[in-house]
Amino acid sequence: MLKEEKYQKLKDIIKIYLPEDVSVTDIAQDSHFMNDLNINSANLVDIVLDVEDAFDIRLENEDIEKMQTVNDAMAIIDAKLAEN
Amino acid sequence: MNRRVVITGLGVCAPNGVGLSDFTNALLEGKSGLRYQPNLGKLGFGCQVAGEPLVKDQLIANYFTPLERRGLNATGIVYGVIAGVDAWKDAGLEKNITNEPSWDRGIIFGTGILGVDKFREAIHLIDEGKVRRLGSTSVIQTMASGISAYLGGLLGCGNQVTTNSAACTTGTEGILMAYDRISQGKAEIMLTGSCSDSGPYVWGGFDAMRILPRGYNDNPTKASRPMSATAGGFIPGSGAGALMLESLESAQKRGAHIYAEVLGGEVNSGGQLGEGSMTAPNSMAVQRCIQNAIRNSGITASDIDVINGHLTATSKDSLEIENWRTALNRDKGDFPYINSFKGSVGHCLAAAGSIESVATVLQFKEQVVFKNVNCEDIHPDILSVIPASSIPRDTKNHSPKVIAKASFGFGDVNACVIFRAFSKEQ
Repeated sequence: MLKEEKYQKLKDIIKIYLPEDVSVTDIAQDSHFMNDLNINSANLVDIVLDVEDAFDIRLENEDIEKMQTVNDAMAIIDAKLAEN
Repeated sequence: MNRRVVITGLGVCAPNGVGLSDFTNALLEGKSGLRYQPNLGKLGFGCQVAGEPLVKDQLIANYFTPLERRGLNATGIVYGVIAGVDAWKDAGLEKNITNEPSWDRGIIFGTGILGVDKFREAIHLIDEGKVRRLGSTSVIQTMASGISAYLGGLLGCGNQVTTNSAACTTGTEGILMAYDRISQGKAEIMLTGSCSDSGPYVWGGFDAMRILPRGYNDNPTKASRPMSATAGGFIPGSGAGALMLESLESAQKRGAHIYAEVLGGEVNSGGQLGEGSMTAPNSMAVQRCIQNAIRNSGITASDIDVINGHLTATSKDSLEIENWRTALNRDKGDFPYINSFKGSVGHCLAAAGSIESVATVLQFKEQVVFKNVNCEDIHPDILSVIPASSIPRDTKNHSPKVIAKASFGFGDVNACVIFRAFSKEQ
């Protein structure tokens, strides 16, 4: 899977959870989920599940703790896909 | 402090109509919301008839964001939000879009059990060792107060936001709780109502108790027969009703439309003593509840010209009529009109009191007494207590003055609320 394709897939997941005052165009590679995109911590749990389903991977608790920004998520997805 | 309280908005999501206009038309015509339920048939239920509001996905999109719709599997929340938001809008109120909670506005929205299908989903995941797959909405869709929590967030209320639960009296009890809060000056506007989930996991327990009729699976609209000689048990239903209660001062200041006044009422319990039990009412308590409701409302029994009973279509209907007659102490020929909407909506359990109260209050607006359906053959025990003319089988033109509405529930609990046609003079 191309990096661009992965990024788009991830953005499609994230956009559902954006509050009204944040738009899809605000999503950048270095966006912090909670601080920049105002996504609440409960919904971060759902993003993790959606990522698992979309990429057919499983994220462990320590992965989830490290997943602070969009870049973090990309790196974790890459690492998990490489394991498979 | 004892302030006057009025009703300024209504909302409903019922088996025979979603939204006020469909619901009103259904009541005027006696249109049934009871249908054969294929899933109950597949599961081998004795009674395969039930009442379920027909809510289209398109309609849900008007009330829930795409995010809220993901994994939404709690019908009670869907019904409650539709009814609650509708009542709010019907009262001419806007959502709170400021940063400050509306301190004088609150919510008392009851239920019996919430998010049963969501809970089933969670149970399966947990039993498969997949608790981590529950996601973030399992708790909020299955906590009893999920419904008041959803509405509280949608409307930005800052007063009391809670959920009451008293079996089939829930909706009627909630009206009195909201009334108390406003009349005591603790709130200006309260959204009150109740909801009940649909489906086999809610209705199954009643089927197992063998209190639902089994002979109408191929004739569903005839299945629920309150006050009829051929009544064979209640048909379970589901849905939600909602009423906006408001201080008269606030309503007049806003220039709001007033449907009716809430004069007060009473809630009590028969203590499961005497003839009362977990599932049967104690007549002494029922009569006392009605009499205290009248006294608390500052009226006399003779002021009541219309009654909306609990009347579920079981053998207890005759006893309820007897209790009304004793409590009101009115001569047989002088008995008020009485109706039950359960013939067309079924028994909506925790939602019954609120759906039926919405219908009851609509009678002031429509200047009618809605018809009773499926009681062409009134039970002889009832006819020995009140005349057939008190039980309209056709919608009757009549401008109600004072309507008493009662609900009774498992646990031997009772609630009776008194509504009066609104006039500025007290």
